[in-house]
Amino acid sequence: MTFRDWYRVDRLPTIYCAGCGNGTVINCALHAVDAMAWKQEETVFVSGIGCSSRAPGYIATDSLHTTHGRALAFATGVKLARPDLHVVIFTGDGDLAAIGGNHFIHACRRNVDMTVICMNNWIYGMTGGQGSPTTPVGALSTTTPYGSAEGVFDISELAVAAGANHVARWTSYHVKELTRAIQTGLETPGFSLIEALVQCPTGYGRRNRLREVSDMIEFLKTHAMLLSRYRKMVAEGKPVPADIFTVGEFVRRNRPAMGVPP
Amino acid sequence: MMQFMEGSLAVADAVRLCRPQVISAYPITPQTHIVEALADMVANCTLDAEYITVESEFSALSACIGASAAGSRVYSATTSQGLALMFEVCFNVAGMRLPIVMTIVNRALSAPLSIWNDQQDSISLRDSGWMQLYAEDNQEATDLHYLAYRVAEDHEILLPAMVCFDGFILSHTYEPVETLSQDQVDAYLPAFRPYQRLDAADPISFGMFASPDYYMEFRYEIDRALERAKERIARAGKEFGKQFGRDYSALVEGYQLEDAETAFVAMGSLCGTVKDAIDEMRAQGKKVGLLKIRCYRPFPGPDIAKALAGVKRVAVLDKNISLGSKGAVGLEVKDALYGSGIAVYDYIVGLGGRDLKKSDIAAIAALAEKGQGDQFYGLRQEVLR
Repeated sequence: MTFRDWYRVDRLPTIYCAGCGNGTVINCALHAVDAMAWKQEETVFVSGIGCSSRAPGYIATDSLHTTHGRALAFATGVKLARPDLHVVIFTGDGDLAAIGGNHFIHACRRNVDMTVICMNNWIYGMTGGQGSPTTPVGALSTTTPYGSAEGVFDISELAVAAGANHVARWTSYHVKELTRAIQTGLETPGFSLIEALVQCPTGYGRRNRLREVSDMIEFLKTHAMLLSRYRKMVAEGKPVPADIFTVGEFVRRNRPAMGVPP
Repeated sequence: MMQFMEGSLAVADAVRLCRPQVISAYPITPQTHIVEALADMVANCTLDAEYITVESEFSALSACIGASAAGSRVYSATTSQGLALMFEVCFNVAGMRLPIVMTIVNRALSAPLSIWNDQQDSISLRDSGWMQLYAEDNQEATDLHYLAYRVAEDHEILLPAMVCFDGFILSHTYEPVETLSQDQVDAYLPAFRPYQRLDAADPISFGMFASPDYYMEFRYEIDRALERAKERIARAGKEFGKQFGRDYSALVEGYQLEDAETAFVAMGSLCGTVKDAIDEMRAQGKKVGLLKIRCYRPFPGPDIAKALAGVKRVAVLDKNISLGSKGAVGLEVKDALYGSGIAVYDYIVGLGGRDLKKSDIAAIAALAEKGQGDQFYGLRQEVLR
């Protein structure tokens, strides 16, 4: 099998806008799933609402496309009823960190054995570019026409603090690293979160001086700082540029987990 | 001033003129254009209000409760799953007697996921104690917001109101709409004067525990207030007509009913299609008419019985289904006509955005004449095999 065999080819092309990064993330995820040599009939994809959550519709396994923000609650039910199934969740910043924030921290706390892939595009994409809990301060959206004034959630740090066993962040530019991080998530018992920053040229980029698709990918490439480097700079008291974001593996540990098959 | 406007923007403009002090909403298709426009107005200082970008609809209406209890005029808008998520909060708003006005851009409920129009979302909240007004076109949708605030904040009523208009069919459609000036609206809708509010100098509690000795009386008072609201809506609608030329004093509105043998009953944008279909059927000599329900909560049963007293049969077009029973409007029209001997047939139509054409209206009239009703209309043939 190859990653291609995991696609429902008859459902392609996707509904995603030209230049969207979600397809890249799905590709990375399916490469990682394929490397696990799992069977399709033993794998379930779960999602909520939003652009990210369309992903299971393009994958040739059983899937639950649920209500906005609730994917993790549904997935918890699947995993505890059938610990033998592999449960993978596609979600986004709006779905996971806003309306589903409560389910998110509690799924981390319980450390339920599942892998969550969060496509963070800093915006509510599907509804037309409204500000989300990850919209950077000062960024324009359709509900923050002069710039968002609210602080943001760091989704990965939140997952670490709430108790997830494995947390990593990469971007749609870093396809090899992202694929490897997802595979580590699939291998790790307990709750695993992989945050994938993705370009959203339609909802985010064109309002925020990143008009071209390549502008956003370039931004992801040039503003990503390895977590190890960031930590070293902080330890050495060196100034860290304010506009970078960290990438890498935030945590890998073995806290007691729920839903791990015996 | 007559303007050619998208429905959502016309509603947002009407909301601006109502001078809400706090707006709290969460984006959901097809409501987004309304709240985006309001966020823009607040950001541009053309509307002096707080706009709260909350993390869910549950939070949106909860923040509205706080703001309303603190003494502010409050607005929100949602649809479908968003309204479903607000279910718990909706009952709280009515129970605390807070006059919040919320636009419902009617859309179908999941699952399966649908972003298209029917009226299942607001109908499912019919028992919550909110007034529910349904607009046929964008002019009515804007006007009903002024009326809703006026009635909701009436100290004899003190209940929240949903102004419902059909998603996409109205919300995303451009129509000529007569917009009012701030002076005109101020003359119709006085500044919000809370009956009671949170005040540290004179502390009160909202939403406290009621023992079985008292709970029923609270529900009774809400029901009585809704009954009183019928007369207040009529009065506010008449006043609106006097000031702006569009009379909304009737909770239900007849079209070609005088000599009708078959009467349709419908709510929302569907009424426009039915009126056109009636004109065509009348031209062919068929005696058909329409009763449009503008105010669904409180339910104007006696008005409906009076308006339909002369017809032979009634065909209710329900854009909702109380699964396991019948359409919600059909059931209540049957109740209103109980004992009259008039046959009432219910038709479930237009769920999840299924289009209803003029030819369908004529086909439904024919079904009613044959005495066939209480059924889904327009199903795909393969499910009927």
